[in-house]
Amino acid sequence: MNLPIYLDYSATTPVDPRVTEKMLPYLTTHFGNPASRSHSFGWTAEAAVEKAREQVAGLVGADPKEIVWTSGATESDNLAIKGAAHFYGATKGKHLITVKTEHKAVLDTMREMERQGFRVTYLDVRENGLVDLETFRAALTPDTCLASVMLVNNEIGVIQPIAEMGALCREKGVIFHVDAAQATGKVAIDLKALPVDLMSFSAHKTYGPKGIGALYARRKPRVRLQAEMHGGGHERGFRSGTLPTHQIVGMGEAFAMAGEGMSAENARIARLRDRLLAGISGIEATHVNGDLNARIPHNLNVSFAYVEGESLMMAIKDLAVSSGSACTSASLEPSYVLRALGRSDELAHSSIRFTLGRFTTEAEIDYAISLLREKVGKLRAMSPLWEMAQAGVDLNTVQWAAH
Amino acid sequence: MSYSAKVIDHYENPRNVGSFDQNEENVGTGMVGAPACGDVMKLQIRVGKDGVIEDARFKTYGCGSAIASSSLVTEWVKGKTMEEALAIKNAEIAEELALPPVKIHCSILAEDAIKAAVADYRKKHGENN
Repeated sequence: MNLPIYLDYSATTPVDPRVTEKMLPYLTTHFGNPASRSHSFGWTAEAAVEKAREQVAGLVGADPKEIVWTSGATESDNLAIKGAAHFYGATKGKHLITVKTEHKAVLDTMREMERQGFRVTYLDVRENGLVDLETFRAALTPDTCLASVMLVNNEIGVIQPIAEMGALCREKGVIFHVDAAQATGKVAIDLKALPVDLMSFSAHKTYGPKGIGALYARRKPRVRLQAEMHGGGHERGFRSGTLPTHQIVGMGEAFAMAGEGMSAENARIARLRDRLLAGISGIEATHVNGDLNARIPHNLNVSFAYVEGESLMMAIKDLAVSSGSACTSASLEPSYVLRALGRSDELAHSSIRFTLGRFTTEAEIDYAISLLREKVGKLRAMSPLWEMAQAGVDLNTVQWAAH
Repeated sequence: MSYSAKVIDHYENPRNVGSFDQNEENVGTGMVGAPACGDVMKLQIRVGKDGVIEDARFKTYGCGSAIASSSLVTEWVKGKTMEEALAIKNAEIAEELALPPVKIHCSILAEDAIKAAVADYRKKHGENN
């Protein structure tokens, strides 16, 4: 077994070797610019780009004409929200809706829209991380222009009820954007049936290369966007810039593979996740963050009470994971996603995100479990909070000197 | 976050982890920080009749730098009088452990823990701070 063990697949995934193989010729032999119409170099590249467009569209039940290449999900989110708000804001109204647990690519774009004079509602989630449909319905107003909700949360892996939300948006004539960066290859997506107008995708979360993504923009009924990147008018004017053929080929291949292998892979990963959960459940005072049912099998976010997340990560440095504790950054604020679930700051500081993927093995999970048991025990033996809890002290009644 | 060799050493081999009975006459206990902020330090000193700190213990909930800072001060306060222990400054702790700017608060907390432990001891003995 090679150490460290990678359990951070929601941060990024390795490019599948079969994907790399397909990409390489487009860096060398087939290096043409897909926009070159006057020779075979361009035609070959264009054919590869269009094949990849079909592959991406195929995974999500879209028409290839509805797929716009971007540099990644962050750009897709920016283009969807700014592009639609700028196009429809003047006529539909200047109100936008999103959720407090969204990715920063959406939240920070919403902040920018506020600076541009839009009003934004940031919805709370329930304790399980899911948006309440009545809360969502109540937030829709006659001047709501667009709502943006992620399909799968990056920190806790919960799956939002986007079909129901989309139906509510349709009723009210609100544009509905969904960030699906964490969902492709994990959740079946059929845009023929889903009432979603705009959807963001990323290649590198699904065993494709970094630096390439796509935005789905519905044609029937047609969603209009104001371009945010101006230039040569590529991608039907939605997004100018020479297309990176090799990246696009990689994304297409990765998405095609994700579709073929999805059900078998999900079943295998669910078994590994259950094994990890069972192993962790043997440790006292652990809490799973986020709903366990409406959740992708790849994600397990756990708070180990009385142990601080960053020091736990240091103790389990053989495991590449991420923590909801923000002690690693300049801010002392723990994860805003866990806080939105109503988790105490202390439990938020004590959380670790494990994300499993295509190359995770049972032996790696077993190693992770035994390492966690040992190190959580060691850190608790060193923790004044654990000592107090063992002595029966209710930590909520203690007057702490905040600093 | 990359840690200095000294932080890693204190983190992996923490000195003087544990607790004294805080009701003992010659023990001073300081608890500083808050769980919500991500770090809590408990520092205890055992003081001899001559006013010299004979022994020290700590328990810390916090990041690696917080654990290392508290481990380090348990070593530093031993053999010092309380006055000398109070003279330990956070900058010295930060320098010894080569803490990056975002971790300076860990060294401040360790300095505060010394002050709190001495204050607790003095309170038990009816001394003024």
